[in-house]
Amino acid sequence: MVKRTRTLIMALALGATFGFSANAPAQETYIPLISKGFQHQFWQAVKQGAEQAGKDLKVKVSFEGPETEAMVDKQIDMLSAALAKNPKAIGFAALDSKAAIPLLKKAQAAKIPVVAFDSGVDSDIPVTTATTDNKAAAGLAADKMAELIGKAGEVAVVVHDQTSRTGIDRRDGFLDRMKSKYPNIKIVSVQYGGGDHLKSTEITKSILQANPNLKGMFGANEGSAIGVVNGATEMKRKIVIIGYDSGKQQKDAIRSGVMAGAITQNPVGIGYKTVEAAVKALKGEKLPKVIDTGFYWYDKSNIADPKIAAVLYD
Amino acid sequence: MSSTQPAELAAERPGAIEILKRTLFNPATRQKLLAFASLLALMLFFSVASNNFLQADNMVSILQSTAVNGVLAIACTFVIITGGIDLSVGTLMTFCAVMAGVFLTYWGMPIYVGIVAAIFFGGVCGFTSGVLIAKLKIPPFIATLGMMMLLKGLSLVISGTKPIYFNDTPEFPAISQDSLIGYFIPAAPIPNAVLILFLVAIAAGIVLNKTLLGRYTFALGSNEEAVRLSGVNVDFWKIVVYSLSGAICGIAGLLIASRLNSAQPALGQGYELDAIAAVVIGGTSLSGGTGTILGTIIGAFIMSVLINGLRIMSVAQEWQTVVTGVIIILAVYTDILRRGKS
Repeated sequence: MVKRTRTLIMALALGATFGFSANAPAQETYIPLISKGFQHQFWQAVKQGAEQAGKDLKVKVSFEGPETEAMVDKQIDMLSAALAKNPKAIGFAALDSKAAIPLLKKAQAAKIPVVAFDSGVDSDIPVTTATTDNKAAAGLAADKMAELIGKAGEVAVVVHDQTSRTGIDRRDGFLDRMKSKYPNIKIVSVQYGGGDHLKSTEITKSILQANPNLKGMFGANEGSAIGVVNGATEMKRKIVIIGYDSGKQQKDAIRSGVMAGAITQNPVGIGYKTVEAAVKALKGEKLPKVIDTGFYWYDKSNIADPKIAAVLYD
Repeated sequence: MSSTQPAELAAERPGAIEILKRTLFNPATRQKLLAFASLLALMLFFSVASNNFLQADNMVSILQSTAVNGVLAIACTFVIITGGIDLSVGTLMTFCAVMAGVFLTYWGMPIYVGIVAAIFFGGVCGFTSGVLIAKLKIPPFIATLGMMMLLKGLSLVISGTKPIYFNDTPEFPAISQDSLIGYFIPAAPIPNAVLILFLVAIAAGIVLNKTLLGRYTFALGSNEEAVRLSGVNVDFWKIVVYSLSGAICGIAGLLIASRLNSAQPALGQGYELDAIAAVVIGGTSLSGGTGTILGTIIGAFIMSVLINGLRIMSVAQEWQTVVTGVIIILAVYTDILRRGKS
């Protein structure tokens, strides 16, 4: 019995350690952000931006997301826990644009403004959506690729997946631009690596093996791009590699010249503008339907430029 | 510790006081009481820590978030009591959800066909695991690991890696989201998913404690060789247990698909670990032979109360995971202490 009691006390003490910090700021404006992910560096950068905005605008911000981008139901649990905290506003990056609608309606009924970020929701409930124009960004990647390989030759693409909005938009943005503007460039392969570094590496190696004349490859997110770099390095092949997003490995590859350059979104800006839009909505200000958070091309020449360096993350 | 349940069943009918005495001093009951007390302590703690915790809406959210894990944990309880393990429950759930989508959305069948199909395919997959384990003598860990991957792949293939939406079956979301209880008692809008969880739990409890299948489930986990020597067809009963577990996963598949109004083919991996954690917190031993459905349900609630409460308290997500891990270890440790004493 003694041991049991002790265990219980231990558990309670453990909880209490975390409890006090949560109790204090009851009167502040509280805005939780429910994101699509958490561990990935990109989401950590979004979080950083959101926290910065929280500091600047004097609101309390929290940031949560499921472990993998497949866990639609876990994300919904997070959203409903966030709603239970009676927040003033909510930021939400939907994993499945339809599944969360009942909860969003509840938020609407409770007059809690919802700001969508990163990807949209199939509904007019969100007051605005803070996101990158992924199609246009991938189009820019295609332009850069064409320029670097002399507007002719074979090119392949490694994408993270064919189901998510960003996967579809980046793939189509790249392919459409090639098709419409560069008739002499041939896309020989489009493969999906789940954003997994190792899987994308294996895919790249098999593409390189199958296409000895390949001139360039585009990796559509951080994991895919690293995979392309690894695959080309392991096969000792010199091709033009264009990546997407940042991260330490990708930045190193650009500095060393293995990667020609990459598109970066502005994840810090996505987080910042989401919180900013929520605060504006609370003040009753009018917001545009979509807030373009911007994207940039960066390569060896401008990677240290303060404007670029500010949106890159390690 | 040896199994208490078969012994109880075998005993002659004792008097009422004798039953009460035996129940109160039964170690299995004590474990349940302890688990239940921990659950209450957790709830009390979170209620004090945050005003937003003990709200009707939040209680409903907790109930709803327990439904899928609870049903999966019930499926696991049967297998774990036999001394086996089932790693495929998460992706099997997804596979059943996808099959419901195939019948309802691809083929436009009526809703009850989709429901039967999900449970049927769950049973078939469980049967397959059972045959692999009982007849081909593949260790349960490996057989169900293989099934886990196989089913994950099949779900992606069948669905074309895209979510299947149930837009053509407007009544489908009602399985999980509507509230039959709320219809009769408007003050308690408890979603149907929770009702289904409790119905499955009651049915599973009856099967486990009052039927031959239940008795053999415990016996297999206590001493499989002795059961075999006493002339029981061990392979047959093992296959039955895995098939039953699979069919229950089919119900979980319906619950999650109905809640999301879609079958998400990439979902499912990792859910088996949550289910196993709930079973273990509930006092079922991974070495087999003991366990209760009530314990498992309490275990599932402890996990969702814990996660919900930490979220409500705005504990950073990294720490939520740490605390969950600590609680699982503590729960199992108290169980070991109890075993050491009895």
